[in-house]
Amino acid sequence: MITLDTYFDYVILPILSISALLVFIRLLKGPAVVDRVIALDLIITIGIGIITVYSIRMDQKVLLDVAIILALIAFLGTVAFSYYIEKQKDD
Amino acid sequence: MIEIIIGLISTIGALSILFASIGILRMPDFYLRLSVTVKASTLGVGLLLVCAAIVFPDVSVTTKAIAIFFFLLITAPIAGHMIARSAYFIGTPLWKGTIVDELAGMYNKETHELESDPDRIDPKEAIPNIASDDEKQED
Repeated sequence: MITLDTYFDYVILPILSISALLVFIRLLKGPAVVDRVIALDLIITIGIGIITVYSIRMDQKVLLDVAIILALIAFLGTVAFSYYIEKQKDD
Repeated sequence: MIEIIIGLISTIGALSILFASIGILRMPDFYLRLSVTVKASTLGVGLLLVCAAIVFPDVSVTTKAIAIFFFLLITAPIAGHMIARSAYFIGTPLWKGTIVDELAGMYNKETHELESDPDRIDPKEAIPNIASDDEKQED
């Protein structure tokens, strides 16, 4: 009998972890700085997904507040990076 | 019954995120990587949040999940557009198989204004920045 908890433990969370590892390879390799910026953005988005699954698995709905903050930080970080990358060319 | 639905939705969401990360690793070009990443990851996280909204029988969790998904749905395209625009300005090369670059020469280099009429630009500046074969193309 497969319960939902074991399914989350052995299928969903490993898939998300492998995804984060694959994006981390791109973060290390990335030829340009913009590649690294979108890799960081995707890592934070995967983090939101991991937090959501973990809050379902542990039955802790308080953890969803952290996901809100992470979504905010990801957006602000990407916008700030793009703003300053564009400014840097002007000098 | 509800467990089967939750398992199905979360599987689709996790696979969508996995495809996004495979895409960011394997695509040959910054712009292709961006176009894969933004859409697939938003869909995947949205489906996982729908799972959380179904599992917890509580109005506050549903509201929070909808708020996060709505925020991601609004901000992901804006962030993607801004980072692609600045990447085009600093001269990130396009993939070597690119056929047409409609933006070539349309942006003013000094004022960063976009010219909309293709007849008014200098044809000498309208050279797309396509990566050559010699340049190292990872993967």
